[in-house]
Amino acid sequence: MRCDGTAAPRTPAGIGVNASIALILVQDGVTNGAIYALLSLALVLVFAVTRVIFIPQGEFVAYGALSMAAVTAGFLPPTMWLVVTLGIAVALVDSVAALREGAAARLPMIILKNAVLPVLALLAVRYLPLKTLAYPLQIAVALLFVVPLGPQIYRLAFQPVAEATVLLLLIVSVAVHFVLLGLGLYFFGAEGGRTPAFTDGGFNLGASYIQFQTLWIVGIAAVLIAGLALFFEHSIYGKALRATAINRTGARLMGISADLAGKLCFTLAALVGAFSGILIAPITTIYYDTGFLIGLKGFVGAIVGGLASYPLAAAGAILVGLLESYSSFYASAYKEVIVFTLIIPVLLWRSLTTHQVDDEEH
Amino acid sequence: MALITPNRALIAFMLAVAMVPLFAAQFTVTLVNYIGLSALVALGLVLLTGIGGLTSFGQAAFVGLGAYTTAYLTTRHGISPWGTLIVGMAVTTAVSLALGFITLRLSGHFLPLGTIAWGISLYFLFGNMEVLGGHGGIDSIPPVDLFGLELGSSRAFFYVIWATLLAAIVTTRNMLDSREGRAMRSLRSMTMTEAMGINTLRYRMVLFMLAAQFACVSGWLYAHLQRFVNPTPFSLGHGIEYLFMAVLGGAGAVWGAVFGAGAVTFLKEWLQDLLPKLLGASGNFEMVVFGLLTIAVLHRARDGMWPILMRAFGNLAPQRAQTGSVEPALPLPRRDPQPHGSEVLQVVNVTKRFGGLVANDRMNLTVRAGEVMALIGPNGAGKSTLFNCISGVNPPSEGEIRFMGQRIDALGSREIARLGMSRSFQHVRLNADMTVLENAALGAHLRGRKNFVQSAWRLDREEERRLLWEAAHQLERCGLGEHLFDAAGSLPLGKQRIVEIARALCSDPTLLLLDEPAAGLRHLEKQALAELLSKLRGEGMAILLVEHDMDFVMSLADRVVVMEFGEHLAEGLPQEIQTNPKVLEAYLGGVEA
Repeated sequence: MRCDGTAAPRTPAGIGVNASIALILVQDGVTNGAIYALLSLALVLVFAVTRVIFIPQGEFVAYGALSMAAVTAGFLPPTMWLVVTLGIAVALVDSVAALREGAAARLPMIILKNAVLPVLALLAVRYLPLKTLAYPLQIAVALLFVVPLGPQIYRLAFQPVAEATVLLLLIVSVAVHFVLLGLGLYFFGAEGGRTPAFTDGGFNLGASYIQFQTLWIVGIAAVLIAGLALFFEHSIYGKALRATAINRTGARLMGISADLAGKLCFTLAALVGAFSGILIAPITTIYYDTGFLIGLKGFVGAIVGGLASYPLAAAGAILVGLLESYSSFYASAYKEVIVFTLIIPVLLWRSLTTHQVDDEEH
Repeated sequence: MALITPNRALIAFMLAVAMVPLFAAQFTVTLVNYIGLSALVALGLVLLTGIGGLTSFGQAAFVGLGAYTTAYLTTRHGISPWGTLIVGMAVTTAVSLALGFITLRLSGHFLPLGTIAWGISLYFLFGNMEVLGGHGGIDSIPPVDLFGLELGSSRAFFYVIWATLLAAIVTTRNMLDSREGRAMRSLRSMTMTEAMGINTLRYRMVLFMLAAQFACVSGWLYAHLQRFVNPTPFSLGHGIEYLFMAVLGGAGAVWGAVFGAGAVTFLKEWLQDLLPKLLGASGNFEMVVFGLLTIAVLHRARDGMWPILMRAFGNLAPQRAQTGSVEPALPLPRRDPQPHGSEVLQVVNVTKRFGGLVANDRMNLTVRAGEVMALIGPNGAGKSTLFNCISGVNPPSEGEIRFMGQRIDALGSREIARLGMSRSFQHVRLNADMTVLENAALGAHLRGRKNFVQSAWRLDREEERRLLWEAAHQLERCGLGEHLFDAAGSLPLGKQRIVEIARALCSDPTLLLLDEPAAGLRHLEKQALAELLSKLRGEGMAILLVEHDMDFVMSLADRVVVMEFGEHLAEGLPQEIQTNPKVLEAYLGGVEA
């Protein structure tokens, strides 16, 4: 991350920007870009496997960050009630489905897994001294009551219409976003939350100061991306997801359950979203509705990759991060406008190089 | 006769609405004003989503475009509101066409994603531009002046809003019930629609542009009702709310928009009051309710609440299609016939590869005017692939195809249809919700000229009569005279195939491509089909058909081409083919082995 002063951009006033400001901007951009990259990977994954454009991804970021804020302050994450409620709803829906198929023997397992387990987890966590818990355990508690929302939402909102058009799934997706946004305000209130850094402080690199948290974010994002790559290349579930992404019907004929694939990738997306939230909460104040814009910037990255290519999506996301940090310096009022206008040339280029697709045979 | 007819219900509803400003409290007047404004936006989404199979989350941004254009121009430059309406619509046209140009060539989800980005960008732009008053907005917008009458009060403006909405609904329904409307209603089936010579991209652009215009007009009305604008009502969240109105009301029907707008507006008002008291906390709980309602509707009743309501009230739904009879009209002009025996289609060394698979390998065949050429071969021989090459649905990898002397192997199915080739599909592609008559009339699309503006104002009626008369005539010929006003999806599959033939005939083709026309037909129906095809041949039409029913093929065809493994196996008169040892081997498996 070196930036030589001669190429430094100039402010509108004509003052040369010195290397340290440029370095700060790059640091900011790469940090945010790493988060957007994680989110864009999850978005590409969800779209490839389920054809769902996962708008609520950003709410998982906010839920993750704000749950973490609650845990570090010594409170139970308020989303736990949602996990329990949705767990009971999933148990009900699955039980009805099992009874219709005449498989009553599956009922105890369904109820245990979906409804009893969250309640037990709730009871167990209740008696933990949350505030004084080790940091990694606090993270685990925060994730425990956010990540299950992913598969639960898939089961309740998307699985019943899994075969519908991309358009219908998109409208459902936006409706889920609305629900989670409204609930977010109820759970966390209008005030923002911030959490302690993984490691306080930082160090000087040449003329600039680098926070340890920045290194954590970039490092963990890189590890997670590598982990996802290993998961897809080498694990049987990863291979099942890839097979489903390539050909849903074919994968089903090979015994890969589309429902399982859907739940699995929603779990991954929820995990990636919530963890991203926990990563950035120490450096930015997160409000209940901040996640939406963060998620959408992940989208801009994903769209750069055509909602299909993982490396392009990640590169696009880093680009979004850099564009954002530079425009917040030069034209902070128009930061969002500039970032979201980026997709126009990208779409234009895609539109001129892509053949028309018949949506009928999705 | 039923006491309640669609028209009477409509008049009663309109009268009830007209009474509102005279008797209702100010609060109700305001609410019903907002319903009218929202319904106008939702109506655009009905066109886009229900008809075109596309969607937009950015309609609130177009509302904002209309509102801010008039707010800025009337307050800063003193331009009359009527002038700013025109400017606003012009700006909206430009923006929507640009956005459409960028996103509509891509698969369907790029338009909504593009509109999300556009919605956010414009919202922040409104809030940050100082000339537009920033987040504070613009106030002191002048009232609208109608023939010297100043419409300053919200009671007076009420009639402007609802008259605009009514005009929009009437013109939309007119437009949908026309040649252009049939094309719009078929957009979801792109391959078929393009094969009828219809430029689907153009119609998707038109729908998006119209939806944007409705939103823009709603914004103009809003600005002159409120006399004040700020960025808040034009956020992405409001754009999503408009979509919920259309989906909850029913995106398939124009009245679904009005119902959805009314239901959501009232419900929101009520829930915003009720839920915080009930839950003892403040928050946007109505968002949660609308989200859940939308999910429930999409799971259980994808067509929204309006059709359910209509069924509950005993079939009040206004019929979009005509029932009863088709008025006689002048026949449409026809193409010059080709001389009998002249070569109409030449396929020369056509190869089609799908990756490593060679589906057609150096295929050759010719079809002449006034003959029935049959293309036969075992399943998987590549017959439908060759059809798709010829008709431009999926162009060949190599080789030459000439139609009436002109190279067509690089043309799209739309251009080929224009030259006088028409086809049916192996898997029936009809618009199940349209009547049989409307489906057939889609085939005659290229024989009409009137555009959507003319049809919206009913300036297309003479041409429309001629198109429908032609469609009815072709359906009669095909023996479907008694089904003209049935929904195409309600016919048995065999008859649906015949509707496809009638639709193809409506384009007055020189060459007719039929993919397994006799499949699913009963014996008598097959005989009638054979008679019809012989008659068409007698009139000089060239017919190329793929068929598995050998009795049908051998008794009808003049010549037969046999394909196997994508290659040309044999060609000749039906009797020669029936005794050709290579053909027998291909069909029955090695006789001598």
